[in-house]
Amino acid sequence: MKKQEMASIEQRTQAVRDALLEQGLVTASDLDTFAHMPEDWKPENGAAVVARAWTDPDFRRRLLADATAACAELGYKGPQGEYIVALEDTPAQHNVIVCTQCSCTAWPVLGLPPDWYKSPEYRARVVREPRRVLKEMGLDLSPDIGVRVWETSAETRYMVIPLRPAGTEGFSDEALAALVSREALIGVAMASEPA
Amino acid sequence: MDGIHDLGGMQGFGEISMESEEPTFHEPWQATAFALMFASQVVVRSHNVDEYRHSIERMKPAHYLQADYYERVLTGTASLLVEKGHLSAEDLSARAGGAFPLSRPVAPSPMADLSPQLEPRFSVGDRVRVLTISPAGHVRAPKFCRGCVGTVLHRAPKFGFPDAAAHGGTRRKEHTYHVEFASQDLWPGEGSSKDSVVVDLWDSYLEAVNR
Repeated sequence: MKKQEMASIEQRTQAVRDALLEQGLVTASDLDTFAHMPEDWKPENGAAVVARAWTDPDFRRRLLADATAACAELGYKGPQGEYIVALEDTPAQHNVIVCTQCSCTAWPVLGLPPDWYKSPEYRARVVREPRRVLKEMGLDLSPDIGVRVWETSAETRYMVIPLRPAGTEGFSDEALAALVSREALIGVAMASEPA
Repeated sequence: MDGIHDLGGMQGFGEISMESEEPTFHEPWQATAFALMFASQVVVRSHNVDEYRHSIERMKPAHYLQADYYERVLTGTASLLVEKGHLSAEDLSARAGGAFPLSRPVAPSPMADLSPQLEPRFSVGDRVRVLTISPAGHVRAPKFCRGCVGTVLHRAPKFGFPDAAAHGGTRRKEHTYHVEFASQDLWPGEGSSKDSVVVDLWDSYLEAVNR
């Protein structure tokens, strides 16, 4: 018997959708709501948290003590944000996040993860050869700086607080947040230098 | 299970390709797959998140590696909807107009029936060893740290024990710990003595190490 060709992923997705809708197990409105839900989860949220931590020492203390509550203060909470821990970089210690077994991420503050974070390449390599991976991604760390790789193997969701770039004294929170990319929040980049 | 999903430390993988200004979804079907994953858990209530994660781990390894992330999301979700009796594999294949690969069946896990660790057994600073377990079912202690000794940095709140929750065991919660392993203890002779990996591990995965 000839092996049946695999249906395209579009056809397979449509098949599950149609079958659930026809059986009345979900409504089109449910699916529409869930498809748009990720629009509220974005790295700009995490960047705002970092900027506030850089400018407000009391907020920084609250963030390091209980990031879930501190992020919620700014309105950032929801699925995959039930227990957030903030990892503060220091001149001697760099932090980077991975989920080697799937792709767990703090959705409310980082957004749904980018493709590179979900790739087998990143998941396999960053725990074992972080410096080489970071260098390939454009971050060449001095051998004097220790690297801590945080494996998201249980229910804690992490975010990195990168070092505040020099030359940003007096910047507004908005201007500071614009320097913090999703990559910086995961730890594969530094916060950008001001232009 | 010692499956293809447990990638940490595996060798042979190459360069990581990054995309600037990456959108949340590249294609409309990816948003639909995400919505179906979410709706199956919170509206249909077909399965829990631990069963969902395990359903992806059970994909055929070759399919797992070549599939886009949202193809894994869809395959795991569809597999569970079939296994739980909500949909039929034949119907899905007929609707899709071709083969619809699903995940391999669940294997029993001896970890599902472990007695819960209701009280935290470890504190910050304790030295702990990860058990050298290899159950055929869902387990969240990555292979690369099993048998290794690390130090507890932080005790997190209690969360559902995934090995039980993914296998229809009694719902129970226990603490997890952020355990730091020196990179050179995980991979002797490699890397930098300044580097470490912190793994978030449930109490039942750990045993005390006498100083």
